[in-house]
Amino acid sequence: MATKGTVSGVIANMVTLTVDGPVAQNEICYILTGGDQLMAEVIKVVGSNVYVQVFESTRGLKVGAEAEFTGHMLEVTLGPGMLSKNYDGLQNDLDKMDGVFLKRGQYTYPLDKEKAWHFVPLVKVGDEVGPSAWLGQVDENFQPLKIMVPFQLTGTYKVKSIVSEGDYTIEHTVVVLTDKDGKDIPVNMIQKWPVKKAMTNYKEKPRPYKLLETGVRVIDTVNPIVEGGTGFIPGPFGTGKTVLQHAISKQAEADIVIIAACGERANEVVEIFTEFPELVDPHTGRKLMERTIIIANTSNMPVAAREASVYTAMTISEYYRAMGLKVLLMADSTSRWAQALREMSNRMEELPGPDAFPMDISAIISNFYGRAGYVYLNNGETGSITFIGTVSPAGGNLKEPVTENTKKVARCFYALEQERADKKRYPAVNPIDSYSKYLEYPEFEDYITKRINSEWIGKVNEIKTRLLRGKEIAEQINILGDDGVPVEYHVIFWKSELIDFVILQQDAFDEVDSVTPMERQEDILNMVIDICHTEFRFDTFLEVMDYFKKMINLCKQMNYAKYKSEQYEEFNKQLQELVAERKI
Amino acid sequence: MATKAFQKIYTKISQITKATCSLKASGVGYDELAMVNGKLAQVVKIMGDEVTLQVFEGTEGIPTNAEVVFLGKSPTLKVSEQLAGRFFNAFGDPIDGGPDIEGQEVPIGGPSVNPVRRKQPSELIATGIAGIDLNNTLVSGQKIPFFADPDQPFNQVMANVALRAETDKIILGGMGMTNDDYLYFKNVFSNAGALDRIISFVNTTENPPVERLLIPDMALTAAEYFAVEHNQKVLVLLTDMTSYADALAIVSNRMDQIPSKDSMPGSLYSDLAKIYEKAVQFPAGGSITIIAVTTLSGGDITHAVPDNTGYITEGQLFLRRDSDIGKVIVDPFRSLSRLKQLVSGKKTRKDHPQVMNAAVRLYADAANAKTKMENGFDLTNYDERTLAFAKDYANQLLAIDVNLDTTEMLDVTWELFSKYFKPEEVNIKKELVDQHWVKQ
Repeated sequence: MATKGTVSGVIANMVTLTVDGPVAQNEICYILTGGDQLMAEVIKVVGSNVYVQVFESTRGLKVGAEAEFTGHMLEVTLGPGMLSKNYDGLQNDLDKMDGVFLKRGQYTYPLDKEKAWHFVPLVKVGDEVGPSAWLGQVDENFQPLKIMVPFQLTGTYKVKSIVSEGDYTIEHTVVVLTDKDGKDIPVNMIQKWPVKKAMTNYKEKPRPYKLLETGVRVIDTVNPIVEGGTGFIPGPFGTGKTVLQHAISKQAEADIVIIAACGERANEVVEIFTEFPELVDPHTGRKLMERTIIIANTSNMPVAAREASVYTAMTISEYYRAMGLKVLLMADSTSRWAQALREMSNRMEELPGPDAFPMDISAIISNFYGRAGYVYLNNGETGSITFIGTVSPAGGNLKEPVTENTKKVARCFYALEQERADKKRYPAVNPIDSYSKYLEYPEFEDYITKRINSEWIGKVNEIKTRLLRGKEIAEQINILGDDGVPVEYHVIFWKSELIDFVILQQDAFDEVDSVTPMERQEDILNMVIDICHTEFRFDTFLEVMDYFKKMINLCKQMNYAKYKSEQYEEFNKQLQELVAERKI
Repeated sequence: MATKAFQKIYTKISQITKATCSLKASGVGYDELAMVNGKLAQVVKIMGDEVTLQVFEGTEGIPTNAEVVFLGKSPTLKVSEQLAGRFFNAFGDPIDGGPDIEGQEVPIGGPSVNPVRRKQPSELIATGIAGIDLNNTLVSGQKIPFFADPDQPFNQVMANVALRAETDKIILGGMGMTNDDYLYFKNVFSNAGALDRIISFVNTTENPPVERLLIPDMALTAAEYFAVEHNQKVLVLLTDMTSYADALAIVSNRMDQIPSKDSMPGSLYSDLAKIYEKAVQFPAGGSITIIAVTTLSGGDITHAVPDNTGYITEGQLFLRRDSDIGKVIVDPFRSLSRLKQLVSGKKTRKDHPQVMNAAVRLYADAANAKTKMENGFDLTNYDERTLAFAKDYANQLLAIDVNLDTTEMLDVTWELFSKYFKPEEVNIKKELVDQHWVKQ
């Protein structure tokens, strides 16, 4: 018998219910009002009073309305057919909804029950299989998706029967397993999993070490992120958070990209809907949309579902990771999620923490980031979830609870800076404050030594030092005037400007410059370092500026030219001639 | 909103604060309207049989035995073509002495558009003001505020924008507007002969502040009617959203909510987003564009209201008094239109993006030169030329009294480039320079 409840209070989207039976924390219930069913989640229980957050508008809801509990937590439905879908925060398929406006209480099934998938068995009758083992494979958009032992099963099972290769729908039983008591367990292609529970169906979670190429120089060269790594991008509005996130999601070398648009502008999601079906994945040559899933809870959609949206996105990522795929999860923005928590905590009259955020905000953030990672699956294969979240700090001030707590857990920090954005130095990532902890990992050093060479990390650290020195000198010049410092200071400053213009700055809207493959980034870094190591002859500071401006211009033209094209080589030749002019 | 026969009348109020009152009542829906001694109120909290009402006019003079009647519906607006040319108060009642509106009664603050049903905005809105059209082009379906100090002429600029923009309807939502400003808008619109395409919802400083909370939803419900039912291009002007946020803070304070930054309610972001996100381009051709005003205190954009607004809107327009030319300009550094790349160079002449960037870059060089000059350092010849350029550029293009079409703006900019610089100093693609450079 399902537990039933009756509404006894309403404040915005927080509703109090009086219940007649057992309920669980985070259990889902449906409240009936005026013919609509409103989905809600239990957030607090006091005696027979249960506080729920409703994922919809509560307009017109009356005391005495009935509610029915479902006996399960908020869960997602996983299976083939999710790629290139647009979901809301509760995994409703937005394209299946009727009408231009979202209707209250309308829920749509996230998968396609009619479509047949070509199933290829990976095990045979009599095989012993463990938790989350791969039983078969279907292809979706050229991705090999695995049909796995249901995640809830934790023991060892025997394959009693398996269908032969052929086309089946998701609800068709493809495998029957027998447990050790001889009980049969039919398995189809659908899995269900509660979103707030981390999937731990892997053998081991080592420290990640493999570079995840994004084609963005200020990330790959200067502060690299790795497969299964975590990073975050804080920045005031107008500093290019979304452009940078879109660039990463377009270019990153991942099998699956999941974008959680969490409490952000609807037009930004529309941009993805419009552009991604046209854009080509630089690594596979296929359409970007084919590997992408969008979870859209835009800022005008119900607040409680905003919190759910990041969990929905993470759980879907974990599903693909269990298949041995490389998943990139982007959440824009985690601050909106934290604000949703704040609104709720406020309505529950909890004692507030800093800036009125709930006290456990740091635990919530760190648990969430902890779900990302690089893993060895039980069958020895690997999979990963790389997570990059943006943070929208109030007033651009990085000393606020969401930024500070994220900084404790995320290993890469890409600080977007107003000053750089004002000067149109995009991407506006501050090179001095930003960091990647992975540069210090010996595992990463081994990897990059094999992939590029052993001098790489030394060179990266050198440009960081030069950028810092350049900034110090710029400040001195500001105080003392151009002729108040020695000419050599101008040379050091302009060498740091060269690094800034040629490596850090990148045009996200230029066809060539927007993506720089690692091989090319290596060339650029070597070229810039060589110039930095060259001694030049100058008499006055004016000569320094003119000379370096010319040099920067040529390097930039090279960045805009196709790699190793005739044009590229021509600019390179001019650059070498220019360097030779004043070389000592 | 007269009471109907056989409606239950409650007469026992148990608690009264400045903006709310509570009483025991049953069968009441959340968000439902009620009349308290003839004053309109709305249900904001239900706890068992105790209902809390927010009284829009304030609770002055409400006795504990006031008559309370629940109306069984949330706030609504009657929509039809009759709205055109009329002035209303925050409740949607006419204030221009004209007859009541007949039409379909729809609840205000309706549902959001399904994001997959939106169309990407792509139509340029020309305003004639170069600080906007040239540097921060507006697109229909966009939402953008003016960030301005209270003494700046934002209402004049907004009225100009509204009249010059090619739209089917202009809807003015005035919150905490001074009576003088209200009359200003009324005059400008009637003098321009544009009254028949204008609809106004006005709450002046003489009206109770809490009433303002209804204004944006009223204006946007009317906008949705024209954009969805008639596929019209609707421009919504909201002035001033800081007054709206202040009213939110008052109510949340009265309801004992814990304030977050700058005494604003923790839900400020969601509250503002619900309004601004109504800006949309519908696939059938109708659109809602929102131009708002957020007044700043002493230019501080880190205050919670402008800060949250900046994260929601698609850019912002800054007004600044330029002391070099003695005029108000649209500040090219801090202003931004996030949607401009959808139209500039596509719906305008091809050289638009490059010309715009080059001019702003040179203007920035001028600002550096000015700092150098003020610090007593010597200026180079280039510095002097940028300063001269900046003065002309501000006067002929950035000033808010400019009225040109986009092609003329581009031609003026090329003329200034050619007058003060050499082609290699402007950093524009060679083919464009060859085409547009003006021989001196």
